[in-house]
Amino acid sequence: MSDMRTPLKRARGMGAAKEGTGHFWHQRLTALANIPLVIFFVGFVITYNGASYEEIRGVLANPVITVIMMLALLSILYHMKLGMQMIIEDYAEKEGMKVLLLLLNISFVFILGVVSFFALVKIAFGG
Amino acid sequence: MSKTTSIHARPLSPHLQIYRLIPTMLMSIIHRITGGALYFGIVLFVVWVAAAAASKEAFDLVNAVYGSWFGRLVLFGFTWALLHHMIGGLRHLVWDTGRALEKATSTKMAKASIVISVILTVLVWIAGYAVRGGF
Repeated sequence: MSDMRTPLKRARGMGAAKEGTGHFWHQRLTALANIPLVIFFVGFVITYNGASYEEIRGVLANPVITVIMMLALLSILYHMKLGMQMIIEDYAEKEGMKVLLLLLNISFVFILGVVSFFALVKIAFGG
Repeated sequence: MSKTTSIHARPLSPHLQIYRLIPTMLMSIIHRITGGALYFGIVLFVVWVAAAAASKEAFDLVNAVYGSWFGRLVLFGFTWALLHHMIGGLRHLVWDTGRALEKATSTKMAKASIVISVILTVLVWIAGYAVRGGF
């Protein structure tokens, strides 16, 4: 009897990352979002490089700055996760090592995300 | 039926060192390296913002380390990696639309991206020093 499954059903879960074009699409989406966010970030660093503690605390407590910083971190960290995932899938030959590195990759971006978000929230609320 | 014993003798594609290094290939490699460097380089930002949240002492310490000659050298490299990766990414976004894929055009874009990234990095640092009030 012939296979009743559609070609899409047979292809699903078969890629190196067990997913389809989602990775490609999200990488482009975050790449596009990163452009204005990174330009903002570079502008921020140019403006406030070497500024005093009090001045930096004041600027980072500005709600607009906090929100843009958080958006930038979200987009950048997700983009990082996707990029490193691709590198791991390209070079890690053994399945066990690949899974371990993929787990470390996800853990790394989550830790950075939570630490930086906590710091930004603390500064925003004047802690 | 196919013989599974011959599976190990299948031809492999040549590795990197077999090919002549061309600009698009070099920029592709640099794009991946800068991406990897930025992946770990963002820790510098997270440490900085965490120090700002922690205390004045922590912030001043991080500022002093980042402001040292070595700190500035690393940050200069970080700036270049960031800008080069962004310009390389822009090339990819252009290619995604099906444009500029011709050999001559893509080679020109590859050469331009390294020149533009270096110029932009220097300009960013000049702007940074100018804002601070001189060199």
